[in-house]
Amino acid sequence: MTLPPLAYHALVGFVVLNVVIGMVTYVTLLERKFAARMQSRIGPYYVGPHGLLQPIADAIKLMLKEDVVPTTADRWVYNLAPIVFLVPCVLIFATLPFAPGLGVADLNIGVLFFLAVSSLEIVGLFMGGWGSNNKYALLSAMRAVNQIISYDLPFVFAAFVPVVLAGSLQMSAIVAAQQGVWLGFVPKWFVVYPVIGQLAFVAFLVATLAAENRVPFDILEAESELVAGFRVEYSGMKFALIQLGEYAHMIGTSFLAALLFLGGWLGPGSEHALVGALWFLLKAMLVFLVVTWVRWSFVRIRVDQILAISWKLLLPASIVLLLATAFWVAARGGDGV
Amino acid sequence: MEYLPILLTFAFAAGVAGALLGIPLLIAPRRLSPVKLAPFECGKDPIAISEGRFPIKFSTVAILFIIFDIELFFLWLWAMLFRRLGWFGFVEMLVFLAILMLGYLYIWRKGGLEWE
Repeated sequence: MTLPPLAYHALVGFVVLNVVIGMVTYVTLLERKFAARMQSRIGPYYVGPHGLLQPIADAIKLMLKEDVVPTTADRWVYNLAPIVFLVPCVLIFATLPFAPGLGVADLNIGVLFFLAVSSLEIVGLFMGGWGSNNKYALLSAMRAVNQIISYDLPFVFAAFVPVVLAGSLQMSAIVAAQQGVWLGFVPKWFVVYPVIGQLAFVAFLVATLAAENRVPFDILEAESELVAGFRVEYSGMKFALIQLGEYAHMIGTSFLAALLFLGGWLGPGSEHALVGALWFLLKAMLVFLVVTWVRWSFVRIRVDQILAISWKLLLPASIVLLLATAFWVAARGGDGV
Repeated sequence: MEYLPILLTFAFAAGVAGALLGIPLLIAPRRLSPVKLAPFECGKDPIAISEGRFPIKFSTVAILFIIFDIELFFLWLWAMLFRRLGWFGFVEMLVFLAILMLGYLYIWRKGGLEWE
């Protein structure tokens, strides 16, 4: 049975959207369980076997919560902010191919689209902070913009390294460029390229942490100073949407890291689309768990330190790294690295 | 045509987000009071609501960002086409980045990267 193109695209988009929302819901459980294990606790346990129904219980609880809009808030901006925040965070999944041919759209400018859309979330974030008309929220939103535009540059520079190595912005072409093995067993993923691969991966991860506002770069929701940051006035479903967007963004960038550096869906048996997708998910979850690990291992750093790391260390370092990559590619004759 | 699926995903995402916001209107309780509706300020009466004034330091960072962001325009195309450009592209980018880094060092020396 063949569907008309419009219905097919609509179906794929709808399925991906639901998969993303479902995945994000369960990733919160994964994070809580993992965090609990790191602190010698058990984590969510009572709702369902081993706490497996906890995310669903959370969702239902948030739906039943009263929706409070503070009187001083700018109603339009305040109410629209969660949607503006969530949509780009979900849209980044549209360009990710989860396996060969299994994705919404494999654009020829995939990486550009991903990075452009993923930094759009800051618009929703700032709308939330501004529209709340609360001084904590405003301060937090300002810090967030400051931090995200500072780390956007090293983020993009680090992402350029795989782009230069693969010679394409198309996600599937970048994965295809990582096919094959060295010495019979070392996969040709970009992360195992000597020196530049590892450095670029580390730079990318650090910039990712900052772009997602995760510990140690979480000054925008520093609990001891700003309560809950830009979302301090949000309650119930609006709060849930913001959380959903935040986690979707985090998972999306984990997928991107897995695709750019860890070979995407490549792995034993990845000729089958589903096995490939499983590999991809596994790698992305690995990146996500590293991010969570960092969260429970580091302390929050100060604003001036955050800016110094970005402008004085990561930016020049990633530019040098990019030039080194380019030098290497050019020295190898511009083709077949 | 290539972007149609993206547009559809966008529409679905916005639709689902809007629908999710509508759910509490149907099933959530609504018992509001003036105190509950006041802006949160750790239990005290709110004083000096933010009025949109902020330190100039934030603008400095924004301007720095714009300088480097324009550079990225050039780099996107360069990174994609680098395989075909070869050594010519490498030297070209080296010259471009050298000029840019001159400005960057100037900013650094002038204290534009400090947050004090």
